[in-house]
Amino acid sequence: METTILFAPLVGALLCGFGWRFIGEKAAMWTATGLLFLACLLSWIVFFTFDGHTQQIEIMRWIESGSLSTSWAIRLDRLTAIMLIVVTTVSSLVHLYSFGYMDHDPQWREGESYKPRFFAYLSFFTFAMLMLVTADNLVQMFFGWEGVGVASYLLIGFYYRKSSANAAAMKAFIVNRVGDFGFALGIFALFFLTDSINFSDIFASAPALAEEKLHFLWGEWTAIEVICVLLFIGAMGKSAQLILHTWLPDAMEGPTPVSALIHAATMVTAGVFLVCRMSPLMEFAPGATGFITFLGASTAFFAATVGLVQTDIKRVIAYSTCSQLGYMFVAAGVGMYSAAMFHLLTHAFFKALLFLGAGSVINAMHHEQEMTEYGGLRKKIPYTFWAMMIGTLAITGVGIPLTTFGFAGFLSKDAIIESAYAGGTGYAFWMLVIAAIFTSFYSWRLIFLTFYGEPRGDKHTHDHAHESPMTMLVPLGVLSLGAVFSGMLWYNQFFGYTDKVAKFYGIPLAEETGGHGEAASGKTHGEVLADDGHGEAKSDRGEDGYKADKKHASFGGEPGEGALYMAPDNNVLNDAHEAPKWVKVSPFVAMLLGFIVAYWFYIVNTTLPARLAANQRPLYLFLLNKWYFDEIYDAIFVRPTMALGRFLWKRGDGKSIDGFLNGVAMGVVPFFTRLAGKAQTGYIFTYAFWMVLGIAALVTWMSIGGGAH
Amino acid sequence: MDNILSIVTFIPAIAAGILALFLHGDDAAAQRNAKWIALLATTVTFLVSIGIYTGFDPANTGFQMVEEGGWLMGLKYKMGVDGISVLFVLLTTFIMPLTILASWNVTDRVKEYMVAFLLLETLMLGVFMALDLVLFYLFFEAGLIPMFLIIGIWGGKDRVYASFKFFLYTFLGSVLMLVAMVAMYADAGTTDIEALMTHQFSSESFSVLGIYVVGGMQTLMFLAFFASFAVKMPMWPVHTWLPDAHVQAPTAGSVVLAAILLKMGGYGFLRFSLPMFPVGSAVMTDLVLWMSAIAVVYTSLVALVQEDMKKLIAYSSVAHMGFVTMGIFAANQQGIDGAIFQMLSHGFISAALFLCVGVIYDRMHTRDIEAYGGLVIRMPAYALVFMLFTMANVGLPGTSGFIGEFLTLMGAFQVNTWVTAVAATGVIFSAGYALWLYRRVVFGDLIKESLKAMTDMSSRERLIFAPLIVMTILLGIYPSLVTDVIGQSTAALISNYDTALAAADAATQTAASH
Repeated sequence: METTILFAPLVGALLCGFGWRFIGEKAAMWTATGLLFLACLLSWIVFFTFDGHTQQIEIMRWIESGSLSTSWAIRLDRLTAIMLIVVTTVSSLVHLYSFGYMDHDPQWREGESYKPRFFAYLSFFTFAMLMLVTADNLVQMFFGWEGVGVASYLLIGFYYRKSSANAAAMKAFIVNRVGDFGFALGIFALFFLTDSINFSDIFASAPALAEEKLHFLWGEWTAIEVICVLLFIGAMGKSAQLILHTWLPDAMEGPTPVSALIHAATMVTAGVFLVCRMSPLMEFAPGATGFITFLGASTAFFAATVGLVQTDIKRVIAYSTCSQLGYMFVAAGVGMYSAAMFHLLTHAFFKALLFLGAGSVINAMHHEQEMTEYGGLRKKIPYTFWAMMIGTLAITGVGIPLTTFGFAGFLSKDAIIESAYAGGTGYAFWMLVIAAIFTSFYSWRLIFLTFYGEPRGDKHTHDHAHESPMTMLVPLGVLSLGAVFSGMLWYNQFFGYTDKVAKFYGIPLAEETGGHGEAASGKTHGEVLADDGHGEAKSDRGEDGYKADKKHASFGGEPGEGALYMAPDNNVLNDAHEAPKWVKVSPFVAMLLGFIVAYWFYIVNTTLPARLAANQRPLYLFLLNKWYFDEIYDAIFVRPTMALGRFLWKRGDGKSIDGFLNGVAMGVVPFFTRLAGKAQTGYIFTYAFWMVLGIAALVTWMSIGGGAH
Repeated sequence: MDNILSIVTFIPAIAAGILALFLHGDDAAAQRNAKWIALLATTVTFLVSIGIYTGFDPANTGFQMVEEGGWLMGLKYKMGVDGISVLFVLLTTFIMPLTILASWNVTDRVKEYMVAFLLLETLMLGVFMALDLVLFYLFFEAGLIPMFLIIGIWGGKDRVYASFKFFLYTFLGSVLMLVAMVAMYADAGTTDIEALMTHQFSSESFSVLGIYVVGGMQTLMFLAFFASFAVKMPMWPVHTWLPDAHVQAPTAGSVVLAAILLKMGGYGFLRFSLPMFPVGSAVMTDLVLWMSAIAVVYTSLVALVQEDMKKLIAYSSVAHMGFVTMGIFAANQQGIDGAIFQMLSHGFISAALFLCVGVIYDRMHTRDIEAYGGLVIRMPAYALVFMLFTMANVGLPGTSGFIGEFLTLMGAFQVNTWVTAVAATGVIFSAGYALWLYRRVVFGDLIKESLKAMTDMSSRERLIFAPLIVMTILLGIYPSLVTDVIGQSTAALISNYDTALAAADAATQTAASH
């Protein structure tokens, strides 16, 4: 069944991409979509029937060289199962949505066939993504990793007539390659030290790696820290984290369904998945995870600030994605991998929903993407409006504080913020809370600018704004369900008490649980709790002994035994549950704050934003130009590289090497050239003949006469 | 067939002889006959060579299918293949029919053209099979001549300059190799390669002309061979002949040059340098590794700014050969497996890329990147093929290009992390130049008037690409096809190398203690 899930999209891509000439466009597109829905159905079955025990399914041999031995194989564990449903669900819905969205695309001319190609790319992407998440070794993961990169490249550049789309596609691929450079070095280092790149072997040797030293470049390092940082550099590229984030906003050049599938729900989360997958290593690398936390928090903040001032509807959501990925990295960085996966799951639903909703708006507005041209669309496209509204409620984290009742983002984002607090880094915690204010602000700003107020821009366009067809509305509906319920439904599994989470991921509970229980039997629970020294929440825990015990269970097992590994001293989950009330309420307050300001700016006093932008012009420009990252990179990387290339070509190859050799052969070259000039081409054969004879004579002399003793 | 190696080697030569002697005139019929005879001969050669593959026993690390006999003036004729060479033989026989097909539109001196290619095939095959020093040298050097002629006669505007540059570069390199061969014969008393591989050349350090030579004779011999092989590879900084040669060569010439001739350098390192001069190789390892890493970065940067399609691909070839030398001199299983794999894979990919240039050159008669743009609109099949090989060229997993790069880097990492890190930046730059080329040629709107009448690939052109596509993907997803064949021989090569180094080490220490 897992194999079917994996290969159905590939078959779909091939049939659709190459077969449409024979079976027709429509049939080809439905074939690809049908196979995707099949994969989706099977994925849900796998997800619900999976028992928590890691399985390996071998498909075929792959790279073998000496002690290096890799296969094409599926590693099925809880992480894989989660990713399977995320990928196939969003992908199949996006396929369906594309029937409506890609119909009559004005980018194409009469008679040009582009739809089968689009569907083939989408299916191919899904295949590569599934390869990435089901891999049981790092090279296969790398295959998927680069495969999704290519699919992304092809889809960003789908409108190949547009120069900007081509530039964005190249940028995405090359920036990702910078990340891949780190990823690859990480793989090499792992192989060098463990003699294997299969997950099970790597995980088993994690404790040893923590002791080992690796000489890498200029110094001696703790092996595991180097490896984790290198792997994370890969994740930074794919998940658009600070420094390597510049490609993601540009990637919005691609058609909107692509943005929803690749640049929001699935591919960009691959980096988070990688860090979670590598949890057995990460747990032994405090330096690397500290870096991950720092960078994730910074990205969450940075991207949110830029999102505040963008006017292109897709760019706003793109920066929002970048920022939310930062949240996930913080969770993974502080050791709460499960919370990262939780947010990954809920984010996939609500962010895909927002993107597809934005696509529906764009579709209604004749491919206008500037929010300054929108306004008052609530009545014109009510279904889309409600879908976007649900998505916004989910991303801003609306729910009832201190309960587990709320939209998906409420539960998962709060889980991360609490983890960040419990993980002990004030920086990460505060960055995330501030980012949550901004998130709420730009999300509501988007809603208010698009759906409320007076219609702005071209009147004709507004008059003809129309609701999207059913093929587009159904995916919005399904994703809305996910955005509303996925958080509440799976809260316990992802962020509940330790035993629930452990069972979900197939992680054994620590032996101490038993010992702990025995020790506890002699004391009251209150005493046990007092031993642990958590003053804050003690009183309400004391009330329920059972609950307290469960809270204090801790994860155990060897690295690699469950889908995640949490070291015995990793107590973040418990600590997060015991975080002070003000911490738990803070994201809710942040959400309210953002909403109020946005309401004030865009509903009550609509002239304020423009005045503020004029007053604070440098700050406004700084944000509008995305902190000038593109300009800086262009100045310090792109231009110098090209200049260096030109220098090496003209000076290095031309003047120095050829110049030197010509100098040495001063007499020789002109002589030969003259000779050749005189020699009619017909004589060249004669010349060649003499040359052969010359060589033969030389060799003969050498072997018979000259070389004899 | 006891003498299958000779049969495979000389079928093309015999066909060349038949063409030269019996085909007269230069009319359309004669031209057609010449093409068909050449195609037939190369195809038969390929089919027969499959027998070498099926008859080859990968578990046996010695030479197989060995043929030995006397030759003129007391020279020895000895041929054989082992795991290192057998796949190069197959690469050669595989590529040649495609180059003949790619030359179907040649109208100038067709007979001579085909003769040159057929002779070239024989000589190239001989290089990979020869087990006698003199025989090897003959094949190795004589192979230059047909190539020289192909560039010099059927080449572009500056063909004379390019062909002489090519010839001088490679020929000057091989003069040094010849000297070393004489010295080897003087020392070992035999020209048998198998015997020379077990012969221990002196590695005692000595001073000559005030220079202290670590590794003694071995280092000097290594350097002499290096001069020749490094030019052939080509390695930085002796690579500048290659872009000129490629630019001027006709499409089929470029294909052979990139796919096969460049591999002779790498093959030479594996056949001579490592097994015969282990101490010399070890002394020079750091130098070669750094030259490789510099080659990757340097030529990738240069490729970024090229305006001529062929030059760009030529520079990219040099970069890819940098991975090969890096892998070889990492001298471990992954490194050498990867190097051989990279050479084979580059044989398919570079051939295909030059053919891609050929397809549009045939239509527009220009290689200027500027002259193109938006081809995807008129030529979707071409765009697809070009995209596939562009991706293979940047080492996308799933194509053969990935396996070679990955293994060589993995091998190098175990030896020198700096070199690996520098060379690995090649994966970023290669994406840069390859996609930049693709974007300018294939993507964009089709606005240039001259391109509006472009036609997509003909069925002949599709037929040429089909086998290359199959091989590129097949080796990418099932590389065991290669590694199973070469693995044991590589392992034996490495273990001999390590043993020899250990022995030399022990000898030095004994000498020092006395």
